[in-house]
Amino acid sequence: MSERHTDDFTGVETTGHEWDGIRELDNPLPRWWQWIFWACVIWSIGYWIVYPAWPLVSGYTKGMFGYSSRGEVAKEIAKAETGMEGQLEQIRQASLEQIRTNANLREFALAGGRSAFAVNCSQCHGSGAQGFKGYPNLNDDEWVWGGTIDAIAYTITHGIRNTEDEDARQSDMPAFGRDGILEKAQINDVAEYVMTLSGQSGDTAAAARGKTLFTDNCAACHGENGGGSHEFGAPALNNNIWLYGGDKATIVETISKSRRGVMPAWGKHLDDATVKQLAIYVHSLGGGK
Amino acid sequence: MQNMGSMPDTAVGAPEVREYDVDAVNRKETRPPLYAPRKKIHPRRTHGFFRSFKWWVMALTLGVYYITPWLRWDRGPGAPDQAVLVDIPGRRFYFFFIEIWPQEFYYIAGLLIMAGLGLFLVTSVVGRAWCGYTCPQTVWTDLFIWVERLVEGDRAARIRLDKAPNSASKAAKRLTKYVIWLLIAMGTGGAWVFYFADAPTLFTDLFTGQADTVAYATVGVLTFTTFSLGGLMREQVCTYMCPWPRIQAAMMDEESLTVTYRADRGEPRKPFEKNADWDQRGDCIDCKACVVVCPMGIDIRDGQQLECITCALCIDACDDVMGKIGRPRGLIDYDSIANDERRRAGEETKLRLFRPRTLFYFGLWGLIGLGMLYVLLTRADLDINVIHDRNPLYTTLSDGSLRNGYTFKILNKAREQRTLMLHASGLPGIKLKVVGSEDMGDSPDPYFTVKPDRLQSFRLLVTVPPGTLKDDAADLRFVLKEINTGQTASYNGLFRGPGQ
Repeated sequence: MSERHTDDFTGVETTGHEWDGIRELDNPLPRWWQWIFWACVIWSIGYWIVYPAWPLVSGYTKGMFGYSSRGEVAKEIAKAETGMEGQLEQIRQASLEQIRTNANLREFALAGGRSAFAVNCSQCHGSGAQGFKGYPNLNDDEWVWGGTIDAIAYTITHGIRNTEDEDARQSDMPAFGRDGILEKAQINDVAEYVMTLSGQSGDTAAAARGKTLFTDNCAACHGENGGGSHEFGAPALNNNIWLYGGDKATIVETISKSRRGVMPAWGKHLDDATVKQLAIYVHSLGGGK
Repeated sequence: MQNMGSMPDTAVGAPEVREYDVDAVNRKETRPPLYAPRKKIHPRRTHGFFRSFKWWVMALTLGVYYITPWLRWDRGPGAPDQAVLVDIPGRRFYFFFIEIWPQEFYYIAGLLIMAGLGLFLVTSVVGRAWCGYTCPQTVWTDLFIWVERLVEGDRAARIRLDKAPNSASKAAKRLTKYVIWLLIAMGTGGAWVFYFADAPTLFTDLFTGQADTVAYATVGVLTFTTFSLGGLMREQVCTYMCPWPRIQAAMMDEESLTVTYRADRGEPRKPFEKNADWDQRGDCIDCKACVVVCPMGIDIRDGQQLECITCALCIDACDDVMGKIGRPRGLIDYDSIANDERRRAGEETKLRLFRPRTLFYFGLWGLIGLGMLYVLLTRADLDINVIHDRNPLYTTLSDGSLRNGYTFKILNKAREQRTLMLHASGLPGIKLKVVGSEDMGDSPDPYFTVKPDRLQSFRLLVTVPPGTLKDDAADLRFVLKEINTGQTASYNGLFRGPGQ
């Protein structure tokens, strides 16, 4: 309990608290201040009636007009979607090339594609489509299944090596080691040769032996010079872009066990306009052909 | 205060019964009230220099407030022709020849800082001049009191009317006053919304019921606040609601001029007597003319106090009386505490305007003002902003070249379409590509067409040949050049790679 103290100058009692010698006068509040307090209390009762307010055992009081902030958001979203319907219809009607060359449609598709990518694709390909080991970087100019806008749209629609779409991209590299097609030493030689394709140096004698093995076993899909083939989904081996890694150990592992990356058929999950917007967006990232 | 036995308690004769010398702590008579009823103030009309000055200030400030939205300023086709307009949906602020974009909000911030420092400067020189003359609360209260005086008469008549029993004429007077107040309040709220939309259009819309709900709500709220704050609350706003009276003491010093009662001249105060020996008494005849004119209900003779807004009406009232009794004017006057002390010490009074404090405020104010002026005068109507992609920071292409992605924003503040050429330098063999204009090929210097009065965003890909980037990053300079005029805008960015 603080001491009672009366200020000498004003003759008014203080609140009893002291801060560095400063005391607060305990003057009476103006009466209207109290009115405003009660007015606010009455106003708040209006809020209880109009808006959702009190928690009950199960649920809560709903308010007179059934207002909910979630409902407001739903309304806003519906409004925005109605507003976009015209452009979405144009996207549905137009070909990918038409969308890409029409500035307004392209801008719309890029925005829609960016958000659809963040929701559906970024989990594997990364938020900037930069990719991870086994999930291709979509910014660069190396494409396993083709980088034209139509090829990208096909890949998104049907996916890769999935069971849900019979038109999915299919290819099957043999597991040369596990299936006993090649000996360990042979695999080592092929790996040495594959490394020379991208300018990496190693055991030249092994690479020379590997060249023949490559021509017999790999060139059918990957090409004589390792240039790859979009048709077979065979990645180019003669550049610095590697889906799983370009070091010796990883290449040996890839040849021995094969790689069978998969991708869902987004055509089964997303509507046509969204797939088109995704294709435009991915194509725009920088590697589109 | 409870008596703790400093006075001996007295026996009253009866055994074991005593009379205690004590006061109840919470005795009704001495207990301070929790709430105080408001005491009505009836300021009397004054005439004089400061009253006239206040009328002029009122005419000027209200004139500026009501007329400004109606001023026109031709900005060419497609642009609003209102001189001062805050276009919130269009995200523009128009002020005569200046057009502020949201990115340039620092002008507003700078203006507010200047206003703040200006207020500090004025307060340190002449005290609460803002409160006394130009604060909207003061101006509108003054206007409302003027209306009150017009309808109900001056102080004495108003006090009589307050005490008079209810009658038809009393009700008529009150009603007339409130209706006029309400019209002024609605006019005030109405004028405010004109700053946010084309005034003539909105004016018609407001009366035909076509205007936006927000406009009506704003007018309603401001009508309510103007009526209640200016008409009903008046001095309560300054005394209880406003933080400024509490803060302003920090800007004042002993040399600051403020409305002061010269106690050295006035005391001892005595009622007026004919043929008095003025050497034997003070000049104050205790007529309380200064008290009856005070809109804050204080007695300036008690010295500086929180409630005083320094409207100086008491100076006018007192000067008038001094003139009538043949004493020199200025018993109440703008004066400083330092002068009071100088007088007591027998020194000459003086006005010290140039003090470290005032010079500091003025210097700071001027510095910011000049800075703003410089930025405003050298303000370009073309600006670029280049934002490097966060992810990925760089992309290695199949041939080993490096590519960086940027979001490229062009701010075209001009009201015409412009053709611009972009050039980037800093690394050898740079190739630029703008997404969406592949048809130009990988031109070293791509062209853009930017729509008038628009912020346009492009995606830009910068590619350099293998081996050109020695470190993990290099400085890159983007220069945007307008084809016709040669005007340029530039931005210094970074190009990133994996490092060697």
